[in-house]
Amino acid sequence: MNSEANIRKADLSVEDPFAAAMAEEDIRGRSLWVDAWHRLLKNRAAVVSGIIMAVMVLMVLFGPMLLPWEGDFTDWDNTASPPSLETGHWFGTDAVGRDILVRTLEGGRISLLVGLVATLVSLAIGVSYGAIAGYYGGMTDRVMMRMVDIIYALPFMFFVILLMVVFGRHIVLIFIAIGAVNWLDMARIVRGQTLSLKNTEFVEAARACGVDHHAIIRRHIIPNLLGVVMVYVTLTIPQVILVESFLSFLGLGVQEPMSSWGALVNDGAQDMESAPWTLVFPAAFLTVTLYCFNYIGDGMRDALDPKDRL
Amino acid sequence: MELLRVSGLEVSFDTPEGVVKAVNGMDFELSEGETLAIVGESGAGKSQLVMAMMGLLAENGSARGEAEFQGKDLLQMKPKDLNGIRGKHIAMIFQDPMTSLNPYLTIEKQMTEVVMHHQGLRKEEAREHAVEMLRAVRIPDPEERIKQYPHEYSGGMRQRVMIAMGLLCQPDLLIADEPSTALDVTIQAQITQLVGELSRKTNMSVILITHDMAVVAEICDRVIVMYAGEVVESGTAADIFYRPMHPYTKGLLASVPRLDQVFDDKLHAIPGNPPNLLELPEGCRFRDRCEEVMEQCVETPPVWQGDKGRMCRCFLAGGSEE
Amino acid sequence: MSKPVLRVQDLAVTFTSMSGGLLHRQERQIRAVDGISFDLMAGESLGIVGESGSGKSTLARAILGLIKANRGRVMWRGEDLTALEEEAMRQRRKELQIVFQDPVASLNPRMTAGDIIAEPLWTFYPNMDRLQVDERTRGMMKMVGLLPNQINRYPHEFSGGQCQRIGIARSLVLNPRLMICDEPVSALDVSIQAQIINLLKDLQKKLGLALIFIAHDLSVVRHISDRVMVMYMGQAMEVSEKARLYQRPLHPYTSALMKSVPIPDPERARARSHDSWLTGDMPSPYRRPRGCIFHDRCPYRVKRCEADVPALRKMENGDWVACHRGEDIDLSI
Repeated sequence: MNSEANIRKADLSVEDPFAAAMAEEDIRGRSLWVDAWHRLLKNRAAVVSGIIMAVMVLMVLFGPMLLPWEGDFTDWDNTASPPSLETGHWFGTDAVGRDILVRTLEGGRISLLVGLVATLVSLAIGVSYGAIAGYYGGMTDRVMMRMVDIIYALPFMFFVILLMVVFGRHIVLIFIAIGAVNWLDMARIVRGQTLSLKNTEFVEAARACGVDHHAIIRRHIIPNLLGVVMVYVTLTIPQVILVESFLSFLGLGVQEPMSSWGALVNDGAQDMESAPWTLVFPAAFLTVTLYCFNYIGDGMRDALDPKDRL
Repeated sequence: MELLRVSGLEVSFDTPEGVVKAVNGMDFELSEGETLAIVGESGAGKSQLVMAMMGLLAENGSARGEAEFQGKDLLQMKPKDLNGIRGKHIAMIFQDPMTSLNPYLTIEKQMTEVVMHHQGLRKEEAREHAVEMLRAVRIPDPEERIKQYPHEYSGGMRQRVMIAMGLLCQPDLLIADEPSTALDVTIQAQITQLVGELSRKTNMSVILITHDMAVVAEICDRVIVMYAGEVVESGTAADIFYRPMHPYTKGLLASVPRLDQVFDDKLHAIPGNPPNLLELPEGCRFRDRCEEVMEQCVETPPVWQGDKGRMCRCFLAGGSEE
Repeated sequence: MSKPVLRVQDLAVTFTSMSGGLLHRQERQIRAVDGISFDLMAGESLGIVGESGSGKSTLARAILGLIKANRGRVMWRGEDLTALEEEAMRQRRKELQIVFQDPVASLNPRMTAGDIIAEPLWTFYPNMDRLQVDERTRGMMKMVGLLPNQINRYPHEFSGGQCQRIGIARSLVLNPRLMICDEPVSALDVSIQAQIINLLKDLQKKLGLALIFIAHDLSVVRHISDRVMVMYMGQAMEVSEKARLYQRPLHPYTSALMKSVPIPDPERARARSHDSWLTGDMPSPYRRPRGCIFHDRCPYRVKRCEADVPALRKMENGDWVACHRGEDIDLSI
């Protein structure tokens, strides 16, 4: 059954105008992502937030290297001194003389890292879990989602404290603890999207063409989920950072000498009246970051408007 | 006096890719009791021109020109005045009745609301009026069914409810935008008949927007054919169907599959696709698909010419007459 | 005497819906497809006409195994598709293809036209090298009237008619033997409809396909069918050879459908009499009429029609009709 030969030799009944155009170069397509990107760029709040975050990331990565002292260096001449240009401590120092600026930047590394890693963990687990539950449906779906419901019902704090007590306050543990809770939301969202995608005509068309389940999930379901997932990710990162801050506030976060914005805020809160700068600067960085991610997330949601997707 | 007089109507949209002129200067008139069809394919601009008249354009749309209804220009009216006209003097029916009806309110509520607002009737009177209207559009058991919700009606019945709602205030003009396209052919036949009958009974004018030439033949007195935002031909139904002048009109008529003629072989098809309104060709907009294209068509756009009531935008129409 | 390449026997699909609150749980059944049987020869074209609720789309999906049938068999080249395991059925899909009603929705918006057309090749011929796939894809595009240089464009950059061409190219790329077209032109403009219908006819002739063309409009089906089946509420009312159907339909429903089709000719349209037109709507699927399913709207009904269900029986000329008064009434047009 040499069907390929049949088609190649088939008589092509195409009108004349096509003949000339046939020799032309391939036209570049304009994918929906490109459209969305252009729309995002028009959203000023999102663009400004993006720039601020980019600067922030550069600052926390390279800032500490450019400054004359490390985060744990104690400047006994200048303990609890307010911000000034002469001492070189632009953000001031804390009770034991550590430079707030460096501490803030180094803390930023940890906070942003937690945000990123915990989100990636929840992404990896949540997307695959949700897609499988949603796609296969039936008993698989019911069992998987009931498990999510059960885990959801467990008190998060209790779980984290338990982990800390048993395994000690390791930073990796914090990633795991937060990621382990966040993936639940992601899984639910992805499952919902998968359910509606499953019933679209192009998925039905793929089945009619004999495409197998794995390929359908890979090529048809997941790419069409990405929009929603991306928006959710940008909104999850600030949540995660806040959770970590909260843990630190409770004294369960990262251990000294490492610090995060949350830990710094905790320390600063204690000296709030005598040395407000120890609170203000880390809090400001934290707040700005949260705002920026939220604006970016909103911008992405608008740019990826479902109107032109399904 | 003419009920509706439109002159120089232009509708433009401000899109990220540039300004799109959906309607490029339209002129037409409508008398009382007349049924006018505006025919064209998607992108021809027929819905947009009506949206502009009714003040329902999207945010990035703007209209220029004049649309005089009973002597007053609709395009210049303030929203408050336009609201007074919409529903009372001009009623509009859309293509998909499910999305035009509020799924959370009973039919009774939705219909009586309209009447009470525009005509100041009391609730019982309004209800009676509504039931009568439902009876007129042949909804069985209107007394009972009026208490139901939209989802309890079939597609054809919902469209009939829309017509009933539109007619509640005895408007002078009914605008129906593809009212039966989404419906089965037997229901379509009923709806088309109904609109024609009601129009004759109450001397109501009708503007019927459609891409289906056959529906036009059933009830319309006059026809305007649109292509790519311009009117290419206008005339009475007999003129358009029996003596079409513009190649597009001829092509449209020939592409309609017909039961009453025997050509079992190929359907006549107009080759190519409608033009992209952002990249219009020079000269006549139909030139790339026209079977009778001439040299001048490629360079100069043809002029709208003819007598009042029978006009055509084509070089072939000027001079020679049937 | 050649054997039919497709034989559908008493196919039925029933949907169950739950209604009522917590206390009055009721299971209601809708017989979407209620016992359909027909044969199709290689290279033959069958038109299936019916209104919404007639079950024609469900029938198409049941034949292809996209929906599970509750009863009946689908014999494809001697093999019962309904009895196959999922994987075996998936392999058969090379030969059985479908084109959908909504051309844009049936294409994945994140894939290019070329990828959409090539996907069946990737699925069944994973060892085909990229150059071959590319060549084959471009060939298909030309065959359906698309410029090959559009191969990297996305569905939203094409018009409705062009999207439908992409869909057709995708279904033909594996050289199937049977193609089911589920209202492929209903969503398109009239002038584009004509293009697509002509295209399908050409392709059918060239490739020797068996074709099932589903529509709600008798006039559209006329140009592309050898035989026509008329469906109503899940049952076949009539299956006749095309020329005979359009001259003298055997079933009152067919006649009513024909009368409802608008004629693009003002004088003839207005001269048409409106008696014996259909009144009312299709009955609710939850309350099916007893006896002949069409009897409550039929202008020719007699007592017998209210109680007895007429079976689909064969006339001398080879046409089939499900009506007690089949031979008596003259429904000539």
